Amino acid sequence: MQRYFKTIRLFWSTAFASQLEYQLNFLIELLAMLGTLLGSVFILSLFFTGGRELGDWTWESALVIQGVYTFLDGLTNALLRPNLTEIVNYVRDGTLDYVLLKPIDSQFWLSVKKFSFAGLPEIILGLSIVFWAAIQSGSTFSLYSLFVFIISILIGFVILYSVWFLIAASSIWFVKTWNATEVLRALLAAGRYPISAYPVILRFIFTLVLPVAFLTTFPAEAILGELKLNILFFGLMLSSLFFIFSRFFWKFALKHYTSASS
Amino acid sequence: MRIFGLSFKVIKTLLTTQYAYMLEYRIEIALWALSGVLPFIMFSLWSQNDVGNSFGLNDIGLARYFLSAFLVRQFSVVWVVFSFEEDSLSGRLSPYLLQPLHPLFRYVASHLAEQATRLPFAIAIAITFFILNPSSFWLPSLPQLMLAYLSTHFAFTIAFLLQSLVAALCFWTEKSSALERLIFVPYLFLSGLLVPLTAFPSNVLKVAMLTPFPYLINFPAKILSGMPVDIFNGFLAQILWISILVPSVNILWKLGVKRYTAMGA
Repeated sequence: MQRYFKTIRLFWSTAFASQLEYQLNFLIELLAMLGTLLGSVFILSLFFTGGRELGDWTWESALVIQGVYTFLDGLTNALLRPNLTEIVNYVRDGTLDYVLLKPIDSQFWLSVKKFSFAGLPEIILGLSIVFWAAIQSGSTFSLYSLFVFIISILIGFVILYSVWFLIAASSIWFVKTWNATEVLRALLAAGRYPISAYPVILRFIFTLVLPVAFLTTFPAEAILGELKLNILFFGLMLSSLFFIFSRFFWKFALKHYTSASS
Repeated sequence: MRIFGLSFKVIKTLLTTQYAYMLEYRIEIALWALSGVLPFIMFSLWSQNDVGNSFGLNDIGLARYFLSAFLVRQFSVVWVVFSFEEDSLSGRLSPYLLQPLHPLFRYVASHLAEQATRLPFAIAIAITFFILNPSSFWLPSLPQLMLAYLSTHFAFTIAFLLQSLVAALCFWTEKSSALERLIFVPYLFLSGLLVPLTAFPSNVLKVAMLTPFPYLINFPAKILSGMPVDIFNGFLAQILWISILVPSVNILWKLGVKRYTAMGA
């Protein structure tokens, strides 16, 4: 276990050093992030014209969802995107062979190799919005609601990671899965809005098939103190299932892996 | 006869080879088409929450608008920056620059070929949409269809030129795909992909109309869906943007090529 922590520390400090070379990139990312946030808050505000509510969510509580979305997007940009989009390249170039030869779990190596520090401001800003908007909508935090919030964020992140990893792993057969991740990203954009604002069929799909609800709506309910415990337990089970399946699928995929050179 | 200095033979060869190339990636292109679902997600939100009425659109109007927005986007998507960055970084650009054919034409051809490959998938998605929302079915009249077709082509041209401008910056910085994100943000929010621009407060709308973005989705989609729209001014704005962008791209490109030292050279 200690070996894994040490590896992460080494990976990320190297990543930090190499990214210091691209400060302009960092600035551009920051600008793009602020623009995106401004734009989505503006679009969200259009739903509330004339004192309306969005799927029983008030303006302030809907902002909590925006915050959770921003936070997860930051985490995605920092950790998931740089690592999981690379898997396709490893398969295509045949360099996956080297990864498999390393004396460390290959899924672990592929998932934490890089860390993009440009995602950090988004993570911090997202969390700030969550707490600010939660206070605005009259939530009084307790140790309990914070605990439930952290667990539900973890659930969301594990689900997101597993689905993304599954798609990336399928590149062992299809090589180019870049487009499939684009479809996923497009669907995840649905998480900017409360699940209850969608028609019934989509609510069902976004809770059970592609559990977008667990990514944003449920964590937001958790910090507002409205999340039901049975949903939390269901989420724990669902995310464990997704994670176990992603590992199982990776092992299965490796059995079918024929390197690019042989 | 020559178009943009290219003979028919060159154009035909470019288009047919690129089309053959694109046909190899049909599944990929189908997935690309699917990744354009955003207008449908937004449609389900706007109609479900009955907000459309507040900006003068009933559910049928919304459905038609968002389907049109989806179709317009399918035929105006541009990814020059990404192809160009890859070609530039891998050194593939050097032989292209030596040919007596502007490299941008190669990208134009591959985009057009991709649109042709995309057509059946876009139609399939449109038919699915009509089956799910039968009441929204409509057939635009022939003049409407032709105007929408023309304005979508103009939208594609503007988007292509905008990205070519960013791509030309590749000659200075290696990471123009990062800069592309900066164009994508206003595109996403001001083009009308997420909401018909009629829903904007009037002062925001005024500012938005000064940018090229509303003419990339909102204007062609309005024509196609049969919403009231100022056709003359819309086309005027599109042509104006094209006539501003063409010389800018030309100049920046020429400056860039002068600076160009191939990777590894």
